Amino acid sequence: MKDKITIDWSALRKDFPILDQKVHGKPLIYLDNAATSQKPRAVIDALIRYYERDNANVHRGIHELSMRSTTAFEAARTRTAKFLNARSADEIIWTRGTTEAINLVASTWGAKNLKAGDVILLTEAEHHSNIVPWQLLAQQTGAKVAYIPVTGDEGTLDLSKLDSLLTKQVKLLSLVHISNSMGVVNPVAELCARARKLGIVTLVDGAQSAGHMTVDVQAIGCDFFAFSGHKICGPTGIGALYGRQEILETLPPYQGGGEMILTVGYDKTEFKHAPHRFEAGTPDISGPIGLHAAMDYLDAIGRDNIWKHDQELANYAHDQLAALKNIRLFGPKTGRAGLVSFLLKDVHAHDVVTLADQGGVALRGGHHCTQPLMHKLGVESTARASFYFYNTKAEVDRFVEVVREIQKFFAS
Amino acid sequence: MKTWVLNMFDNINDLYQQVILDHCKQPRNFRELPACTCSAQGFNPLCGDNLKLFLTLDGDVIREAAFTGSGCCISKASASLLTDFVKGKTKADVEKMFAQVHDMVTTGKVAGDVGKLAVFAGVYKYPARVKCAILAWHAVMGALKGEQKPVSTENEQA
Repeated sequence: MKDKITIDWSALRKDFPILDQKVHGKPLIYLDNAATSQKPRAVIDALIRYYERDNANVHRGIHELSMRSTTAFEAARTRTAKFLNARSADEIIWTRGTTEAINLVASTWGAKNLKAGDVILLTEAEHHSNIVPWQLLAQQTGAKVAYIPVTGDEGTLDLSKLDSLLTKQVKLLSLVHISNSMGVVNPVAELCARARKLGIVTLVDGAQSAGHMTVDVQAIGCDFFAFSGHKICGPTGIGALYGRQEILETLPPYQGGGEMILTVGYDKTEFKHAPHRFEAGTPDISGPIGLHAAMDYLDAIGRDNIWKHDQELANYAHDQLAALKNIRLFGPKTGRAGLVSFLLKDVHAHDVVTLADQGGVALRGGHHCTQPLMHKLGVESTARASFYFYNTKAEVDRFVEVVREIQKFFAS
Repeated sequence: MKTWVLNMFDNINDLYQQVILDHCKQPRNFRELPACTCSAQGFNPLCGDNLKLFLTLDGDVIREAAFTGSGCCISKASASLLTDFVKGKTKADVEKMFAQVHDMVTTGKVAGDVGKLAVFAGVYKYPARVKCAILAWHAVMGALKGEQKPVSTENEQA
């Protein structure tokens, strides 16, 4: 979209029935979007329409409803390919979300290609879902896990160590696009280009980026890209893994069962091509259909516009919080994604969240599934406000007001 | 706007009673007991609350109690008040009080005399925080039973 187009962000709130309610007698201010996003009417309607009119199993049936559900299911795959600018729908594998997508790569690519002495390179700011699958794989194969360090509270990558980390043993670089606890946007295209020159396979965890900025997997140059539907206005339980076709064709199946086979004998089975080879059993059918509606909805607004709005709110929130005393702020000073992580002096994050909730403000407090990073920063947890396009500056003002009141409450 | 702010924390005093705020800001018995006869760790991995509880027993009677660790206001205040309470009490006294406190923080009903611990009666209105209030109590029971592994209250079905 062009810069000139102005969007009435407040009007978009009407598309989200859930936002129109009070909690504890206060208007709901939902600032936990990095955990999950709310769903617009268009997505809810798509799910209702599917179950009321089109529900049937996919790929096997010849009857009308099966045709409809199969068409819608595969149309969602094509839509997802377009959403990520993949070359083909065959590069899109349905998963339950980012976590399963990463596990799928570990179980298939990892099990086939890794051996003792190989190195899986991650960053210190990864979500547990991009650490634990690799640790499990390392235990099975004898490979090692290494980390690109982050620089203190800013959470940005310390790339000065990169040359020494990119050894010949590194077979995979798997890193987060936008860190969920710090709001750092990593230079994924640059890092994937470096990796590719060295023959290193790359995976980008796009859980926090896919619904917030324009994502082009070809421009990023990654081999794999994972994201979750529920964080981009879609239903829970559906996500996708993008895998470059050349690499997908070399991989063994993920799970065995129906849907993923060409022929089955008592002794031997032939498998379908990607992506169906990785999708055993009756899939989540309503999920992709709901996700399709979500992607249409987001792209009608324009993800470049959403990104600008996210950043504006986050910078606005950050600057106001930075003016407070006795607060420790995390994340980069510039180029911050749509979230702010913070700690109040002598007030535990969970107490902040409980009090904010009383003020109608939904925050998250905890380690955000980034325990090793929290440990490195010497904190147990942070409180986090994460924004989306339906949040407003007025909501940020009230959020900051609530934080001030929390400080007063615990100071008195 | 201003009225809204003033009213904001009206209800929260159920949870953050003055006594609780006092004990969380200045926890009592907040130290290690090197000569303790038993200890146990209370750890909630999801939220990160991590307490270590130390007891010195003289026969069946708890002579000294202390704790270290980190956690939210509710879990710290609970450990602080607990360590005050258990001094001079028998194992049976502590077991009885554990049951009373458990009922109180999960139902809001106060059965019998729980003394200062009554400040936790409002916790039941905040189901997400019950695990914080009860962590130190599970730790003290763990210590008395000689539990070696950390105890957790995160899977507690209230």
